[in-house]
Formats: sequence, C-alpha cells, structure tokens
Amino acid sequence: MTDTSVYQTEALIAEDIDAYLDKHQHKSMLRFITCGSVDDGKSTLIGRLLYDSKMIFEDQLAALETDSKKQGTQGQEIDFALLVDGLAAEREQGITIDVAYRFFGTEKRKFIVADCPGHEQYTRNMVTGASTADLAVILIDARKGVLTQTRRHSFLCHRIGIRHIVLAVNKMDLVGYDQSVFDRIVADYRAFADSIGITEFTALPISGFKGDNITALSANTPWFTGPALVEHLESVELDTTAAAAAPLRMPVQWVNRPNLDFRGFSGLIASGTVRPGDAVRVLPSGKTSTVTRIVTLDGDLDEAVAGQSVTLCFADEIDCSRGDVIAAADAPPEVADQFESTLVWLDDDALLVGRSYWLKLGTQTVSVTVAAPKYTINVNTMERLAAKTLDLNAIGVAEITTDKPLVFDAYTTNRTLGGFILIDKLSNRTVGAGMLHFSLRRAQNVHWQALDVTRAAHAALKHQQPAVLWFTGLSGSGKSTIANMVEKRLHALGHHTFLLDGDNVRHGLNKDLGFTESDRIENIRRVGEVAKLMTDAGLIVLTAFISPFAAERDMIRSMLPGGEFIEIFVDTPLEVAEARDVKGLYKKARSGSLKNFTGIDSPYEAPENPEIRVDTTRETPEEAATRIVDLITGNRNETWMPTI
Amino acid sequence: MSNTLTHLQRLEAEAIHILREVVAEAERPVMLYSVGKDSAVMLHLARKAFYPSPPPFPLLHVDTTWKFQEMYKLRDRMARESGMDLLVYQNPEAAARGINPFDHGALHTDMWKTEGLKQALEMYGFDAAFGGARRDEEKSRAKERIFSFRTASHGWDPKNQRPELWNLYNAKKHKGESIRVFPISNWTELDVWQYIQLNDVPIVPLYFAARRPTVVRDGMLLMVDDRRFPLQPGEAVVERSIRFRTLGCYPLTGAVESTAATLSEVIQETLLTTTSERQGRAIDKDAGGAGMEVKKQQGYF
Repeated sequence: MTDTSVYQTEALIAEDIDAYLDKHQHKSMLRFITCGSVDDGKSTLIGRLLYDSKMIFEDQLAALETDSKKQGTQGQEIDFALLVDGLAAEREQGITIDVAYRFFGTEKRKFIVADCPGHEQYTRNMVTGASTADLAVILIDARKGVLTQTRRHSFLCHRIGIRHIVLAVNKMDLVGYDQSVFDRIVADYRAFADSIGITEFTALPISGFKGDNITALSANTPWFTGPALVEHLESVELDTTAAAAAPLRMPVQWVNRPNLDFRGFSGLIASGTVRPGDAVRVLPSGKTSTVTRIVTLDGDLDEAVAGQSVTLCFADEIDCSRGDVIAAADAPPEVADQFESTLVWLDDDALLVGRSYWLKLGTQTVSVTVAAPKYTINVNTMERLAAKTLDLNAIGVAEITTDKPLVFDAYTTNRTLGGFILIDKLSNRTVGAGMLHFSLRRAQNVHWQALDVTRAAHAALKHQQPAVLWFTGLSGSGKSTIANMVEKRLHALGHHTFLLDGDNVRHGLNKDLGFTESDRIENIRRVGEVAKLMTDAGLIVLTAFISPFAAERDMIRSMLPGGEFIEIFVDTPLEVAEARDVKGLYKKARSGSLKNFTGIDSPYEAPENPEIRVDTTRETPEEAATRIVDLITGNRNETWMPTI
Repeated sequence: MSNTLTHLQRLEAEAIHILREVVAEAERPVMLYSVGKDSAVMLHLARKAFYPSPPPFPLLHVDTTWKFQEMYKLRDRMARESGMDLLVYQNPEAAARGINPFDHGALHTDMWKTEGLKQALEMYGFDAAFGGARRDEEKSRAKERIFSFRTASHGWDPKNQRPELWNLYNAKKHKGESIRVFPISNWTELDVWQYIQLNDVPIVPLYFAARRPTVVRDGMLLMVDDRRFPLQPGEAVVERSIRFRTLGCYPLTGAVESTAATLSEVIQETLLTTTSERQGRAIDKDAGGAGMEVKKQQGYF
C-alpha cells in the first residue's frame, strides 16, 4: 500500500551520494502541527510518516515492538503512539501531555512536526506548537465526525494565524472507505469553518494505520482525486515568500562592537528584504540612516531576506540598541502604549487585572497591565462571554497598557511584531500569550506636560528629600499606630509630611473598590500614584496599607526615583495580630462573614528585603517610631539608608 | 522564488537567533563543548552569530579523563582558533576515587559527567549553558524546550516546562536557577552532517573510517585508545577499519565497521544505516525506556 519512493531514492544514495546531497541541500522546510484527540489516530499518523520515511531505526523499532506488547493499545500490532509519547508519565497514562517535535524529510522538503495534545487542559501546549507552524493537520475520526475538539483546535489554529489547514478524515478503513461519510464530514466542517473565518482548507480521506492516501493515492478510495497528504505537504506555498516582500522589520537583539572601528546591529529579519544602500529608520527614536554592509562570517552579503540572522552596519552613528526595531524608512511600524489584544492564559494562577507583568515582544521587554477582559471566547461553542479574569487555557480580548511605548505591527500583518508573551514578575513563569490587534492611542500623541516648577524645586523650597515611607503588614500589626507616631515626630522636626491611611482612603478615593484580589491591586496602584504626585510636590509621604502582594509594592518602588521608596515591614505574627483584633475583623473573618481577609483566606506576601523591619513583639510602637525617624534622618550611622 | 530559504538556512538562522538571545539576556553564559560533531556545529554557529567579535562566552569541557586522544587534540585546536577561553573541569572526587568506566559502570557517568557538570556550573556561577542536544536523538529530548529550566539543584521537571511560543524565549529566572539552551534542537543527524560538509566545519577524525586497534566486548566494538584498556581473558586486540557515529568516553563508545573515509561516504552510510546513532551509547539503556528522562531529572545535560 505505502509507496515510500517520495522520501528518498535509496538507489541514488548508494550510487551517487554527491548528486543526492546536492538535491537535498536545496530543500525547503515546512513546520506543521497535528491536532486531534487521543483516539483520532494522531500519533499513529506521525508514526506512519516517520516509519515510511525511514526515520525509525531498527533498534528503535525493536524497542517499540517490545513496548507495544507491554503497554500498547493495538493488540499485537505496532502501537506508533508509543513512539511519539516520549515522557514516562505519558506512556503510563496513554495520553499526550506535551508537544513533541518530530522530523522527517522527502526529496523536496524537510518537515518539522509538532505533535500536540488534544485535551482541553493542554490547550497551552497546543498553542505553543501552533505558534511556529506554517500548516495544521486537523484529524477527524471518520466514525465520529466533527467534534467539539475539532472546533476548538480549528479555532485556535486560525486565531494563531495558521493559513493552511488540512482536514484529515482518518480511519477511513473503519467506515469501508465510504465516500458519503467523507463528503458529509467535509460539508459539516465547511459550515463551521465559514462561521469562524477559515476560508480555505484541504480535505483528505486517509488511514494512518493502513497507510491510505498518505504517500500515494490509495486504490481503496478511487473517488478521491488527490492530492495525497505528503504530496500536499510538499507543495503548499511557504509564507516566507510573502514575508520577504513585506516592508523591512528587524528587531535588534545585540549590538556587535568588537572595537572602536566596528559597530553592527544583530538580529533575525522578521520581514522584508535589505540591501546595502537601503534607507532605514530605527524605532522608537525615528532616526534614519543608510545600510552600508550586511556582515557575516562567510563574507558580506548583497541582500538578506526575512528569516535570516544577520548583522547590519549603518552610515551614521545613530542610537540603536537591543529592543529597537530597524525598519524600512518609508514604511515604519507604529509606536504605541495602549492596545487591544487577544490573550491566551497559560498559567494555573488566573490573570490579575491591574497587576503589572513583563511583556516580551520581539526583543522588547516592558511592564504591562491588563484591563478587565472585554469578553472571553468559549472555545467549544465560539460564544462570547462576559468575564472578570482569564483562567488557565482561557482566551479573551482585553486592553493592555505598557509603561513604555512599544514598536509593533498588528499580529495579522507580522507575527514577530504582533505576538507577545506575558511573564509573572515574581514567579518568572510565562503566564500568557497575546496577539496585538491595533493601538488604542498613539504614544506620539501623549506628551508629558513640561512643568516649569520642577519636582526638585518643590523639594528645595521645603529643604527636604521627598520619600515614601511604605508601611506594610497584617491587619492589626500596628502600621497606622507607628506611622502616626513617625509623622508626628517628623512634623515636629519641621518636615512637610502627609499620611495616607488605608481606612481613610477607602472612604473616599477608593470607595468604589472591594476586596477581591484585583480590587486590592487597583487600591494599591491608586495609592501609589497619589503618593508619587505628593513626592513630586516635595512631600514626605507615609502610607499605612496591608498591601499584601509583593508585586504591587515592587511596582510602586519602580515608579519612584531610586532611594525614595522606603519599605517598612511591620512584622507581627498572625497569632499576635489576631489576639489583638482591635477592629474585631479577625473574628468576622474566622466566622466566615468577612471574605478575602489577609492572613485568613487571602495570602500575605512578606517583604524579603525591606529597608526597615519592625518586630512588634520586641519593640514598642514608640521605640520603633524613634528608630525609624533616626534611620531616615541620618541620626544613625547606617550608610545604606537614604536620608531625607 | 529564489529567496525561499533552504531548510539549512532556516535552521542556521534559528540557532543564531537563540545564541544571541541568551547572550543578551543571561548574566554568565557558557557553551558546553563535548568535542563531538554536534558541538562542532554549535561552535561554528556561535562564531557566525557574533562575527566579527569572538563568541562572548567561554567553552566548558566537562572532562571524564576517558575521552579519545583525538578529541583532546581537536578541543585545544578549536579553542585557539575561535579565540574563546577553554575551561576544562574534572570532578576532583571522581579523580581521587579513581572512578573509571571499566570498574564502576553507571557510577562513572554519574560522577564524572552529571556531578562534574553541576560542580563546574556552580563553581563558575554560570546561569545559562548551551548544549548540542537534538530532539531527534531520544524520545524525552523530543519534548524538551529550547530553553530548558533547571532548579537550583539542577533538576528538570518535564511536567512543568514553560510554554515556548513563536521565537520568544523567557530567560527570566531566580537566583541559583539556570537554563540549559539547545540551539540545534530542531536539527536532525543528516542536517548536522550536511552543514559540516557545506561549511567545512572541523570534526574529530574518528568519524571517518581508518584501521584502528579494537576489541569486541558485550557485543560492542571498542577501540583500544590508550594503555589503560584492560584486556579480559580470551580478548585480543584486532585491527579493523572502523569509525564512530557518536563520540563519548572511549571505553563506552561502540564503533561500527566501515570504510567510509570521506564526508560524502559517511553521510551515505548514515542514510543507508538501519540503526539509530545513540545505539552505540551504553547510557541510554539504563533504567529501561526512561533512561534519559531520569538522568535529565537528576541534572544530566
């Protein structure tokens, strides 16, 4: 049944290896993913492709035969799934958990297959595999037709921008190679595809197990005129051609500066073509220059295209460093700091609206906050649903705001300049992936109002160094008490101060906020912004908030000039604070009538390196206040402490 | 169209991009250099990535003292030619205890390689280490990310890998954690050979067939590379025309009988062979089918 002649001509290898190699060195490369559930025969299909293209060797086959008898699900037949399920846990459970990358080649192309798990709980792994794919093979069990997971996989592939979709109706041998079964499934799929915007797909009737229509047209399906799967994979037009014709984009990865005479900018060309003499513009600065050389170890190039890693030299000494984007001078990308974006959530901990994350796009890394999602999409029904956050594997649309302007293109125009990942600042995990739609405002239009009376002038008039004394600790730890005493003493010493207290702020500025995790983040963000304005006015600001999350405290630290944020950890053990229970809140929290109470059913992340730590079991509030005032006014010989 | 890149051009561009990302984002990167053909290609890619600068990181050879003599020669030559610092690390405990592949079996790999690597990374404080592993080599590697995170104790958690989308690599890590980075993850054995041929990448002559002194032991064809090779009763050293598909410690690396003396012939033999390249490695056969996965969880590269 299987015709393996498409893969490699053994005779040619044996007779004229140089002719063979010459042929193979000019091959192109196609990356594709296979999606389907456990039972759709996905792993069997990949095993078949590898086996037929001689990518499985005798020793591996021998091991596979042994394993098939021990763990396989195909009786005495070889279970190809065991070949691709590489992790011990997967083999034990008989499911695919993570993306596996497999390789095979034909005379015309090298293929990289990302074998993706089908379960909804592994959507993040599927999105990982899809992000680098040129084509997707969506498998359908001929006996079952279009299922929920078929829709989910198709939707994800389409959203991630895969232009070539292959609908492989598998297990045709089990439905007697019946054309009407195939036609009905294709019609069902077309109706669905239309509804989500997939305009083109190629449908094939196959049997991965028996090898029908994989490498050659099968005699079992005389009604099918082709192409066979491998032939189709070999002939699909690659996106690289279109990418080379688009305007130049090259994110700068690294500045190459071996000596004073050479300064080159290294990167992978995301789109377009570049030649010496081309006019280029560096974003976000907008400075222009001309390319003088394209430098490689093998000699200078006359031309480089999308997909190549190169080093460019310019005619002028303009500022250009990692994170900048080199673009065609007459067709530059946009620069903005607020966007609408599709987000896919990849982490067990849900999105925290308002929390500051790292966003990495190309070689740019900036801080970003995500607004409450406009909607999430039910990936099984394509319905849009209202949502307050995004949980693991959820897909939604939300506005995002970066702290610095971002050079970007819409994802549909350029994957490199439109696709990004979100990184949690504390755990460092990759928690989300996103695709930019468009900017909501151009950064160019948002100017800081230039002020004639500067913050330094405000501070000078008050004869003091502005600062924020940020008291953090559990409810009842003594923050407000100590902060009050510190303010009184500073006031007495002639300093201009202001105390922002948690309870007071919640009666006014933040009375619209509750105590959910995202409301608490917004509460702290607003307090931080107010405190910052007050330091601009030259004041010494004292704040007394539980502020339970390290990420928000760090965010406020990063908003202020170095040394102006002084974190004071009022360290009182939970038992002690609860025993005091000045406001009776712990009692309510324990009884369940007060939800999300820090220390009881909401976490407190203690500062790891606060500037000052107060242990209230060893110091009285008076002693602590005296020590704090001494430290910040320089009365104590602590050289690390910035003085006010 | 003429500007469609070939598969090797795309693989090369991807590897160079990865090398540069690590240099831009890691504090102290290093390249694990094992002197094999994959290391040779990786080193060549590094020279391309940073030309005209030399690669801005050192080479680290975790030496077991049992490599082939030809490997030590090429190692020293390549360090000179690339202008990179060469750091050679030998686990002092393994040396003191006289750990060797003849008497200590799996302990030899564990002490010299796994422990030696951990010690070297800690001693120098490297936070990112390039390795030449490929996904087509072994089934757990097929599932490993290009940026593979290791805990402070160097463990790999296959069930908790960071999603790796597009060509965006998250290199953020906590103090003490490190990343193993595999720039040629997506290359196959054939890709490596073709690249060596097209770019004249220097490799150890042992990859080419020549008459060499050999002994057959436990079904493996071993080369008697130096005087430390103890002959067992009934064994005789026989000269055979052999070559190696993969190189490691000489007493643990099986040769194949071959007459392939040129690159073309070697590639020809590779394409026509019916056994995988790691078949000659004793290490993969430990601990059943999950040998490599278990070793990686313990900190093996």
